[in-house]
Amino acid sequence: MNKILWIILIVLGLVAPFIVYPVFMMKLLCFALFASAFNLLLGYTGLLSFGHAAFFGGASYITGQLVKISGLTPELGILGGTLFAALLGYIVGSLAIRRQGIYFAMVTLALAQIVYFIALKAPFTGGEDGLQGIPRGKLLGMIDLGHVYTVGGSPVALNLYYFVFALFCFGFWIIYRTINSPFGQVLKAIRENEPRAVSLGYKVERFKLMAFVISAALSGMAGSMKSLVFQLASLTDVSWHTSGEVVLMTLLGGVGTVLGPLAGAFTVVTLQSELSSVGSWITVIIGVTFVICVLLFRRGLVGELGRVLKRSL
Amino acid sequence: MPDHILATNNLSKEFKGFTAVSAVNLRIQRGHIHALIGPNGAGKTTVFNLLTKFLIPTSGSIHFNSTDITREKSADIALRGIVRSFQISAVFPNLTPLENVRLALQRKLGVSYHFWKSDSILKQLDGRAMDLLDAVGLAEYAGEITGELAYGRKRALEIATTLALDPELMLLDEPTQGMGVEDVDKITALVKKVSYNRTILMVEHNLKVVATLADRITVLQRGAILAEGPYAEVSQDPQVLEAYMGSSHD
Repeated sequence: MNKILWIILIVLGLVAPFIVYPVFMMKLLCFALFASAFNLLLGYTGLLSFGHAAFFGGASYITGQLVKISGLTPELGILGGTLFAALLGYIVGSLAIRRQGIYFAMVTLALAQIVYFIALKAPFTGGEDGLQGIPRGKLLGMIDLGHVYTVGGSPVALNLYYFVFALFCFGFWIIYRTINSPFGQVLKAIRENEPRAVSLGYKVERFKLMAFVISAALSGMAGSMKSLVFQLASLTDVSWHTSGEVVLMTLLGGVGTVLGPLAGAFTVVTLQSELSSVGSWITVIIGVTFVICVLLFRRGLVGELGRVLKRSL
Repeated sequence: MPDHILATNNLSKEFKGFTAVSAVNLRIQRGHIHALIGPNGAGKTTVFNLLTKFLIPTSGSIHFNSTDITREKSADIALRGIVRSFQISAVFPNLTPLENVRLALQRKLGVSYHFWKSDSILKQLDGRAMDLLDAVGLAEYAGEITGELAYGRKRALEIATTLALDPELMLLDEPTQGMGVEDVDKITALVKKVSYNRTILMVEHNLKVVATLADRITVLQRGAILAEGPYAEVSQDPQVLEAYMGSSHD
């Protein structure tokens, strides 16, 4: 049953650019990966980070720099962005995991604001303008990611799409593996009852830090992908709005479920693109949707579905 | 000279001027079931938290097998073989009892940091985990959601999980608290059973349980030791009768 579900999702992912607007799909994949990485922390370790935009946006700047200014190939750009996010995650995580609950969230928020400030002031980020016109480049120096095919009369960057899709699958697989690993078992134990996990001899700080770094790295990978898709790294990506958005996506979809962040990202990104004509009202609409969801289905879309089907999704 | 597995020297803990534990010299003999009793607020749980490093002592020292462990961290203590239970049942509610026990067993496999491996490698522990669940009478509930088990069963599961670590010294914080009569008898029998070949230090309110189980008793009052000895002796001590026994039979 589970296998069939996965195959359906992969097939959907493969045919999607022929059906829906590919840029929308790629944006969705970036945010779905971002939310899944975030969920690894919130849903499976019980840590609420309110500064994940620092990894997402920070990595997108690094990728932009590496590809645009240093002229590296896109896969190296993404690797660089991901490694940067992992390193940043190590620093932020080391400081934040000394505190618990709301204080943990405040430390991550404060550190992310520092990253935002650097992005605003530093010369290499383009300040308010951000890094624009980031080239998509040639994958491994051979495949042109910017190449546009004509599908049904409209231009589609298929090479880029499949590259992004492959990266998404890879990132998502790492998260899935982590959740269902011996390491993931200990994370769940920490989430469920931290003092008990300590009394069983687990050094919970190390586990939390490792989970934090994995989550930060994959959030960074998502941000790097986004900078290639939109050819832009901007202040929005590092702002606390983005940190909040990923919390929203995860809660909306279902925290602590494998598929929840995907559903949450889908809902939010769809609302954003469908309602883009209403301007700033969109924030209100998404806010109201969020409130309704939290009131009606506390476990999120996928969480409630899982409860009805009596299985974890 | 008796063989002490655990000893404290002038162990004290102050909270902003309030002395919760004052100069406690505890001697736990290897192989004993040692009970720590005392009226509410006597500092029993604080002593427990000090011994397991959930609190840091203000002064004094703790020795386990003659090694000074005063400065060690909670997780390190567990690795040395001191494993505690908690007053409120400490289980992982959204996991199954099997997974609960397996978590205690899995540390020895040395794969706990391996996030790239499938958790199916933990299946090799299932046999041992089932044996432990069976020992506490929970084998048939192995696949249920732990949070939905009855209270007595959660406590039994906690003991199974603690046993999985094969601790030299088990610290049980009120194992029968909040239980019905039939559960109390079961847990009492269980504690007796698992005490074979190990040492147990327990905080317990139920004096019947203490009388049945304990080889030796320490009575705490206002953070200090009031009396120590076998049950028969301590229960006749006039000071103890006045301070504790009198007030507990209500």
